[in-house]
Amino acid sequence: MKDKVLNKPLEAKKASPLLVSISAVIIGMLAGCLLILLIGKDPINGYKNLFMGALSNKRKIGATIGLSTQLIFAGLSFSFAYKTGLFNIGGSGQMLIGGIVCSLLAHKLPLGIPRPIYLIIIILAAICAGGLWGFISGFLKAKFNVHEVVSCIMLNWIAYWVCYDFIPRFIIDPTIAVKSAPIATERTLRSGIFGAIFGKSTTANLGFLLAIIAVVLIWFILNKTTLGFNLKAVGANKYCAEYAGIKVNKSIIISMAISGALCGLAGLSYYCGYSNIMEMGKMPSEGFDGIAVSLLGNSTPIGSLVAGLFFGILKNGKLSLVTLGIPTELADTIIAIIIYFAATNILFRNFWDGLFKKSFEKKEAYFALAVNGEKTMDQVTPEERKELIKKGKELSKTSKEVK
Amino acid sequence: MNHVRAKSTPHFGEEMSHVIEMIGIRKEFPGIVANDNITLQVEEGEIHAILGENGAGKSTLMSILFGLYHADKGVIKVRGKEVNIKSPNDAFDLGIGMVHQHFQLVHNFTVAENIILGKEGGFVYDIKTASKKIKEISERYGLAIEPDMVIEDITVGMQQRVEILKMLYRDADILIFDEPTGVLTPQEIKELMQIMKNLIKEGKSIILITHKLDEIKEVADRCTVIRRGKYIGVVDVKSTSVDEMAAMMVGRPVSFKVEKKPVELKDTVLEVKNLNVKNAKGVLGVKDFSLSVKGGEIVGIAGVDGNGQSELIEAITGLRKIESGSVTLCGKDITHMSILERNELGLGHIPEDRQKRGLVLSAPLTTNMVIKEFYKPRFGKNGILQKKEIDEYTQNIIEKFDVRSGEGKDSLAGKLSGGNQQKAIIGREVTSNPELLIAVQPTRGLDVGAIEFIHKQLVQQRDKGKAVLLVSFELDEIFNLSDRIAVINAGRLIDIVNTKDTDVNSVGLMMAGIKKEEA
Repeated sequence: MKDKVLNKPLEAKKASPLLVSISAVIIGMLAGCLLILLIGKDPINGYKNLFMGALSNKRKIGATIGLSTQLIFAGLSFSFAYKTGLFNIGGSGQMLIGGIVCSLLAHKLPLGIPRPIYLIIIILAAICAGGLWGFISGFLKAKFNVHEVVSCIMLNWIAYWVCYDFIPRFIIDPTIAVKSAPIATERTLRSGIFGAIFGKSTTANLGFLLAIIAVVLIWFILNKTTLGFNLKAVGANKYCAEYAGIKVNKSIIISMAISGALCGLAGLSYYCGYSNIMEMGKMPSEGFDGIAVSLLGNSTPIGSLVAGLFFGILKNGKLSLVTLGIPTELADTIIAIIIYFAATNILFRNFWDGLFKKSFEKKEAYFALAVNGEKTMDQVTPEERKELIKKGKELSKTSKEVK
Repeated sequence: MNHVRAKSTPHFGEEMSHVIEMIGIRKEFPGIVANDNITLQVEEGEIHAILGENGAGKSTLMSILFGLYHADKGVIKVRGKEVNIKSPNDAFDLGIGMVHQHFQLVHNFTVAENIILGKEGGFVYDIKTASKKIKEISERYGLAIEPDMVIEDITVGMQQRVEILKMLYRDADILIFDEPTGVLTPQEIKELMQIMKNLIKEGKSIILITHKLDEIKEVADRCTVIRRGKYIGVVDVKSTSVDEMAAMMVGRPVSFKVEKKPVELKDTVLEVKNLNVKNAKGVLGVKDFSLSVKGGEIVGIAGVDGNGQSELIEAITGLRKIESGSVTLCGKDITHMSILERNELGLGHIPEDRQKRGLVLSAPLTTNMVIKEFYKPRFGKNGILQKKEIDEYTQNIIEKFDVRSGEGKDSLAGKLSGGNQQKAIIGREVTSNPELLIAVQPTRGLDVGAIEFIHKQLVQQRDKGKAVLLVSFELDEIFNLSDRIAVINAGRLIDIVNTKDTDVNSVGLMMAGIKKEEA
């Protein structure tokens, strides 16, 4: 294929999603440099500390993984909804509801249940609870045309107040009256394997393995199954899907439920793994961070995994910035800047596309010069094309010198 | 004509006789040369047609003249003077006005309000003086428009005349008409032609963009032909035959007649009985409509756009709820069936809006070709997509229906040209071998080559003994393909006639709601 004559108009290269994401990260970090410089500190040391703080030893890596797990789930959840045409901004509520259900079970289930069965129960419970929250949004959209963003935000607050009521009612820590009582370690997702690798008190937990399984599973569903075909078709063009006989409303409900279930799992790994308590009156920011993770990861499952880990690094590493005298507020600002650039990745896409186009047009012009406009670039093989472009470039140089 | 010319350009010699001259115009878009060295010379007081297929570069050329695009190369002269038109406002100042294909009117404003919109003058606008002037212009050119009529209450033909009035009110004396007849009934087209002639009599010049040859033959004096962005030639319309112009436009002789075998009727495939369907506004868009289509025939539904065709087709295909009445397909009552069940019973549908309904533009052809059947064991065994089978199936359609695309089966549907998108849809629908094929505006916006191909496919379905229901706003297409013609007006069936027993005129009258007996 490589040396064939194409005989169809060539087009300028388009920016790949990876290039766009990487540029967002780099520009975001450069902007962070500027901020650090402005307060008179050394940005290189700052970033060194940031990454060292997240990755320099096993314990720190474990903490980063523990922090990333929720982000991966939330990013995956948002990506899945996004690929199927929905905007799931209800991740926080879905996390809370998954978290409260699992916390209740952790406290109230009889102690005699063997751990594997116990784990299966709470995993299923998290899926069902988060899935239910997603289902409600999907149902409202399908049945009453309520936009999912509106219903998701309302459901976030419903979950918030449910937790606000349930924590003191059922699982309050009597000594600190704004938190739930801690869950016993053997009732969380923390496990000996992670403890052996990352140190005994590591926050890394089985949730991370679940997240990786979920990434693979969601990738498989989206790309290899008729279900994924169905949901993606509705997301890409619901009018065409409807015309083709796909049940659009059913698809919307299924998508939201799956997306919600993934955030339910984020709640499980957050409240019964990374942490072991629930605080009253706290909306987890991970539900919203998931949007940034997904955008940075080009809304793909694999991308969400990588971007989730990256944000985990930033979030965990920021604590080490403080040791340099850089205030944590500034670290948060840097993270926010990267999120901002990730979210506005269209700017980078346009930038790169413009750059590619310019260089393509230049090549076209050189080519035209070399062949006197008698041929177009698609009528020769790539090697000949390269040669002719080179020739044109020299021609244009000499003509400039003559002038 | 000479005296008119002398009046406006007294100081210039013979070469300055053109009111508009566009010389050597070139305009490139990424990957395509839309206009390549095109020359257009319009004489004062003539109707000058620009003929070309869709995508030939007519609209680009006019957009350059109207200041919407800037030419890469070339010179524009208006009344002999070289000009630089940077925006539509510059064009207005030079007396150039454009009647767009899609009207630009505010629906709940009156005619006068629409016309002075943007030209209100001071803080308090003077609608009275404006109305008086509008009335004068309307009478002078025989437009029959009252300034206090509200746009949403008047017909499409009248709305178009309001657009013309708007140009005249702003003292335009060079009028560009962009495909003006697409939305009109044959009778309204006649009226428009008369108005154009009146305008010329009053010293205006007209540029008419169209791909309809009979319209050019009817009104135009000269005609510039462009093909694939290149200037082919300018002809005197009176002394050139329609076939010659068509050949210039397409680049080869064209036959407009579709070869058809004699009708061999089979069993009834589609039976629509006393159908009532509400439209988007919640009122009945289809009223008490009955129609049957047998295997081996093409039934064409003729009517002006917006008379209930879309609602009728959506009701038959399951996209719209049926209020009352029944639809039967192959002997089964499908009135309340899901779309999926209808498709499985043998319903093929080439939808009106190929980009909205027909294809998922952001997905590759493979997805689009199996979107109706992906769940079947052949393509989705136990819920797992059978990639190889899907690829082969798509490749087969691409080859059989000559769907041209950059990257074959993996090309995104949105990257295909309109003609190839439509070929892909037809390929998908025909390959599933439906008992009833519904084709709505199947050739809208396509070039002559694609139109010929698609017409052939529809006739082949009919010759195979399948039923075809065709909806088109182009009467030529209806007459060329249909064995019977059903005329729809305001949601009602006016009459069903055999194509060979009728003519364009009587169908045109029926499209306006007048039944033969009454006429």
